[in-house]
Amino acid sequence: MARHTLSVLVEDVPGVLTRVAGLFARRAFNIHSLAVGPTEVPGISRITVVVDAEGDALEQVTKQLNKLINVIKIVELIPDSSVQRDHILVKVRADAAMRLQVTQAADLFRASVVDVSTDSLTIEATGTAEKLSALLAVLEPFGVREIVQSGTLAIGRGSKSMSDRALRSVSA
Amino acid sequence: MSNGTPASPSLVAQAAGRAKDATPVSSVVDASSPVQGPNNIVAPTEMTGSQAIVRSLEELGVTDVFGLPGGAILPTYDPLMDSTRINHILVRHEQGAGHAAQGYAMVTGGVGVCIATSGPGATNLVTAIADAHMDSVPLVAITGQVNSQFIGTDAFQEADIVGITMPITKHSFLVTKAEDIPRVLASAFHIAATGRPGPVLVDITKDAQQARTLFAWPPKIDLPGYRTVVRGHAKQVREAAKLIAAAERPVFYVGGGVIKGEATAELLELAELVGAPVVTTLMARGAFPDSHPQHVGMPGMHGAVSAVTALQQSDLLITLGARFDDRVTGVLSTFAPYAKVIHADIDPAEISKNRTADIPIVGSVKEIIPELADACRIRFAEDGAPRLDEWWAMLNRLRETYPIGFTQPGDGLSAPQRVIERIGALTGPEGVYVAGVGQHQMWSAQFIKYERPRQWLNSGGLGTMGYSVPAAMGAKVGNPDRVVWAIDGDGCFQMTNQELATCVINNIPIKVAIINNSSLGMVRQWQTLFYDERYSNTDLNTGHGTVRVPDFVKLADAYGCVGLRCERDEDIDATIQQALAINDRPVVIDFVVSRDSMVWPMVPAGVSNDEIQIARGLTPEWEQED
Repeated sequence: MARHTLSVLVEDVPGVLTRVAGLFARRAFNIHSLAVGPTEVPGISRITVVVDAEGDALEQVTKQLNKLINVIKIVELIPDSSVQRDHILVKVRADAAMRLQVTQAADLFRASVVDVSTDSLTIEATGTAEKLSALLAVLEPFGVREIVQSGTLAIGRGSKSMSDRALRSVSA
Repeated sequence: MSNGTPASPSLVAQAAGRAKDATPVSSVVDASSPVQGPNNIVAPTEMTGSQAIVRSLEELGVTDVFGLPGGAILPTYDPLMDSTRINHILVRHEQGAGHAAQGYAMVTGGVGVCIATSGPGATNLVTAIADAHMDSVPLVAITGQVNSQFIGTDAFQEADIVGITMPITKHSFLVTKAEDIPRVLASAFHIAATGRPGPVLVDITKDAQQARTLFAWPPKIDLPGYRTVVRGHAKQVREAAKLIAAAERPVFYVGGGVIKGEATAELLELAELVGAPVVTTLMARGAFPDSHPQHVGMPGMHGAVSAVTALQQSDLLITLGARFDDRVTGVLSTFAPYAKVIHADIDPAEISKNRTADIPIVGSVKEIIPELADACRIRFAEDGAPRLDEWWAMLNRLRETYPIGFTQPGDGLSAPQRVIERIGALTGPEGVYVAGVGQHQMWSAQFIKYERPRQWLNSGGLGTMGYSVPAAMGAKVGNPDRVVWAIDGDGCFQMTNQELATCVINNIPIKVAIINNSSLGMVRQWQTLFYDERYSNTDLNTGHGTVRVPDFVKLADAYGCVGLRCERDEDIDATIQQALAINDRPVVIDFVVSRDSMVWPMVPAGVSNDEIQIARGLTPEWEQED
């Protein structure tokens, strides 16, 4: 199934995430990743959701999402015309002997070391899903102790603003 | 209204941040106020949250509500007692309040209102809310909630009813502040009644009801994510007219949306202009007169051969406010295989959900149908009207060969179809007929003549047994001058008959016809057909030759209703006449009928509509018709 990235502008009210996530579950859509946060417009949040779906099914779930009263606007962000990034924190086994090798590996990916202890390093990296999985593959031999990863964040390329356009259509 | 200031705190901030472009957010669907009711101006007045609830309902024009008090909604029931504008009907079970509000909404075209307390009161509304959601009934359910500081602590009678009902409401609100009450209630009514109608839940904490607030009216509704497209796309309408003009076997596939959208007069005009056959779904019975020569019946699993075949053989479905439900389409891949599809619906998510539309038209059928008629007139003037003689010759042959009918049962008992047919014939189209769910529901849809919208109420989508008695009660409150029949089964009736007490006490003289076949008849029919006549748990012991538990006549008597029993064909008319003559209290008739009667025609589940059977194992002869 094809992977799609949807940006959903919502009113920042209690329960809105439950409504959106519940709709995906109810209509049997698998959410691959989810990221939620405030936007430049107070009171409006943006949900970036990555789903696996075929075209017709995607259209149906988009229509269903649009029916939610708290959902203001939905756009699909196409990889070619958007920037899509994941964020990861990885705790890697690294004693004094191995530390340099691990930091060098991190440097190759322009990842940074954000925490050090006697036998571990925590590395922070941002990038496409492909880049991050490549980083993980390189770190794996050292011993990965813990991973935490954000949902994908995505934004359209160019000067246009999704919320700008959305709110203009609302006030029109 | 378009320059109104948003009332929601979060959006006030947002508007301030965008002050430069001087176009504040507004969700007004059209130029008129989205606040229901006369929009009386009420200057800020101090009162409690509960008084604000009652006052808001009054200002919204609500005159009748159905409910049952309890701890968390008690503050609201106190000022409700003093309201002279709102008639509160105390039900015996909250499910009854929900279905009554549905019945009220369905006959009046307005919003039905039900009220319950927190926890079990609210969960008892769930079935009715789900039913309203499936059948697009405008309903506002107001529930009490525990004090806001107790939410999440498993407090006494606490249930997360907003969470529980999220999948079965059009929208829901949790109100924890008294000052939000007028805006939320006005929004709830607006959402319930506009666009595709549906249920809205308003859950109000006890402390919000008790707090003091300043009440002012009308409130500002601000719903930036709620927009309803009403007018159909003009180009799509013209394309639809082009297809209609070119069609050889067009059919109007009419759904309940035409009734909800108040577009039956417009439909009649368009249908007569085009001259094509009309089928009315279970939810649309009465949207087009049964007596009209263009009406070819109800389609679907128990539809007329002429209606099912009209869809199957059609080359153009003119779909108006219908949703290609599986009970209509049968196996979707074989449904109307030769047809192009025009699909007009106010809910964009219904279009191409099940069947891909060739011409999708999003909007209100009330707007679209006249525009389509205009476009057809222009098109027909150029290309001529469609020639449908051959199409009609075939459908007329089917109509004559395979009319809806029934056979006399072999056990000497009355045919249930005959009872229902006589109720309809003796009462006429000005009556209101409210069915439960099962065989009697299908027979009521088949054997009563529907001539006007809102004449027929039933639970179509959810299939809620127990809908009939409380919905009939609500319908009678909404239409006190009409004869209202609850046509119920012996199984259904035993689920909600406690509302007979409500009817008697509040002088709501409905008539209940129990089509008593002593069993869960539709389930039994499937056991007969598909489970080797192994009747697992479908015998109810209420009928002829059984212990008759309960005795429905005694039960009616105990409630203060008139109880009648009819066991022979020759008594059917007299019994119905007797019931029609009684208008000072509810009448319950125990029509003892055969348990072996089955609903025909039938398209068995999981097969194509082409496999329709007019009786067991008997499929119409198609060869000569093709």
